[in-house]
Amino acid sequence: MPLKIVSITDRAFHLPGDNIDTDRIIPARFLKCITFNGLEAHVFADDRTKLAGAHPFDNPVNQGRTILVVDSNFGSGSSREHAPQALKRWGIAAIVGRSFADIFSGNATAIGLPCVCVDETSHHDLLVAVNEFSLGELIVDLERNQLVYEWRGRQFQLPITLDPAQREMLINGTWDTIATLLEVNDQVDAVADRLPPLALTE
Amino acid sequence: MSKNTLLDRVWDNHAVRMVPVGQTQLFIALHLIHEVTSPQAFAMLDERGLPVPYPERTLATVDHIVPTDSHVRPLVDPLAEAMLVALERNTAKHAITFFGLGHPNQGIVHVIGPQLGLTQPGLTIACGDSHTSTHGAFGAIAFGIGTTQVANVLASQTLLISKPKVRRVEVTGQLSSGVTAKDVILAIIGQLGVNGGIGFAYEYGGSAIEALDMEARMTICNMSIEGGARCGYINPDQVTVEYLRGRPYTGDGPAFDKRAKSWLALASGPDAGYDEVVTINGTTIEPMVTWGTNPGQVVGVNQPIPKDADPETLEFMGFLAGQRMVGVKIDVAFIGSCTNGRISDLRRAAKLIADHGLKVAPHVRAIVVPGSVVVGQQAINEGLDEVFRQAGFDFRAAGCSMCLAMNPDKLQGRQICASSSNRNFRGRQGSPTGRTLLMSPEMVVIAAANGEVTDIRTLCGV
Repeated sequence: MPLKIVSITDRAFHLPGDNIDTDRIIPARFLKCITFNGLEAHVFADDRTKLAGAHPFDNPVNQGRTILVVDSNFGSGSSREHAPQALKRWGIAAIVGRSFADIFSGNATAIGLPCVCVDETSHHDLLVAVNEFSLGELIVDLERNQLVYEWRGRQFQLPITLDPAQREMLINGTWDTIATLLEVNDQVDAVADRLPPLALTE
Repeated sequence: MSKNTLLDRVWDNHAVRMVPVGQTQLFIALHLIHEVTSPQAFAMLDERGLPVPYPERTLATVDHIVPTDSHVRPLVDPLAEAMLVALERNTAKHAITFFGLGHPNQGIVHVIGPQLGLTQPGLTIACGDSHTSTHGAFGAIAFGIGTTQVANVLASQTLLISKPKVRRVEVTGQLSSGVTAKDVILAIIGQLGVNGGIGFAYEYGGSAIEALDMEARMTICNMSIEGGARCGYINPDQVTVEYLRGRPYTGDGPAFDKRAKSWLALASGPDAGYDEVVTINGTTIEPMVTWGTNPGQVVGVNQPIPKDADPETLEFMGFLAGQRMVGVKIDVAFIGSCTNGRISDLRRAAKLIADHGLKVAPHVRAIVVPGSVVVGQQAINEGLDEVFRQAGFDFRAAGCSMCLAMNPDKLQGRQICASSSNRNFRGRQGSPTGRTLLMSPEMVVIAAANGEVTDIRTLCGV
């Protein structure tokens, strides 16, 4: 049974940049595989090479942190599930951002990796704190729709949003949807029966 | 909420049920698979011992990793060979039709569906590839999915999915000479942004869209995802019907005519309600060229790169704010992809070459990769391959090729490629520092000939 993902508590780090596409998360040459095993080694491969150790995923301080803070339209482009797979296998347990590409957030949810959105003001507040070395743990609380952390003696409770259906599935532990889809095979067959055949020819 | 749009009708026709979390369990009428995003999906089925209940509704081909020079097996790249073998084995095991290497129907999945007449109005179509939106050109609701969802469709022929909002994108007026569907979609993305379509399906319409032939409509819908819209579609009309008439899966005659009538009835009517409507003046659209690293970073070929352009992107590209794209030197020219690798694209490109006696500039490496075996064969039958070769283009076998460089066709170092493909992302064409300029196939031809980005209208005499 999939886990119920109700909240994630850990330290966070920021990966700056709008429109970070899935080709950057996992370049196409690493898609030459027939399993997802080992993809974590190649997450942001080209960006990390270019930055020669200065990439957030290479920063020693960020090792072991599992909450990733991103900017807007994260995961745009290709539908490759290899992208959220690589992030999850690297250790990311939740992603917080301004917005996510539709296919990416669907793929991430399907493997139990929540993608939650915060508004511009909250994002700004969050970045100020996250980019300060001293910030402790954050709580991404899916049940209460909030992001909670304490910084400079002040308690922050920022509202988060995500697709209500994705949220429900994560909280209820039904994000692996195969079981749900196979519940009503007779209804599926009924739809198939009323649709015309694909081939009009014999 | 939208009502009485084509999307609403197709959605209702394929809805199995609403699940408590608010998503639709949606029946997928046509599932397309390829070698990159399916092996792990079949492994998921195997792990759970699940069968494929509707194998006749899934069709497989191989496109991303296909070498475009030699098809000798085993493929030179052992990883590519392993992916091909996995797909051969998985499709055989589950009785799924596979158009593999050497099959006359092999080609880019988004080229062969329409070409076979499998892509039809009113279908729900899913594929583990974001450019599945292409099939929306026929009035299908078509969208890309990830591998876990590929496994879901294989195991149940359904998906859980939230119904998108519908934004009508109305392109008015008529396109100027030298302006193509590619320029229209780049202009739309430039205006609405690469994230403007999140949560939306785009319904393209208006006189400039209705005037397009089917293959141009596919170019438009193909790049919906580059605007953030998972799905884009165009209402079926007589142009759609005539394109499908006589195709292998549609045939002709009374059965076809009857089905065609039902297709036309799906179109959004005058009573359709949209979540949003955006109007774009098609008459003022110019030939477009991207200057950055996403498809929304685009300008008219003679327009300056915006003053507020992202400095890091400019540094990567080696351009300056305010600079014009016209005159930018190129190293590689690529005509192909699911965006612009169809026979009409090749015909227009070859006609430009023939009409103006163009030759590829000595410093440019130029390749043409047809979107499918059938497209390649048509081009050969029409003598287009010779036109390309004599002009200095390499004419290759079908596949995705240099659109994403999962095969041996790659940029080297910081080369600049004038490309008819769909993504100018960093590293997309196989070199982490390589640079891609997206444009129409016509603009690629003239750039190849002049060795630099050129306004196609200088040839058209406009």
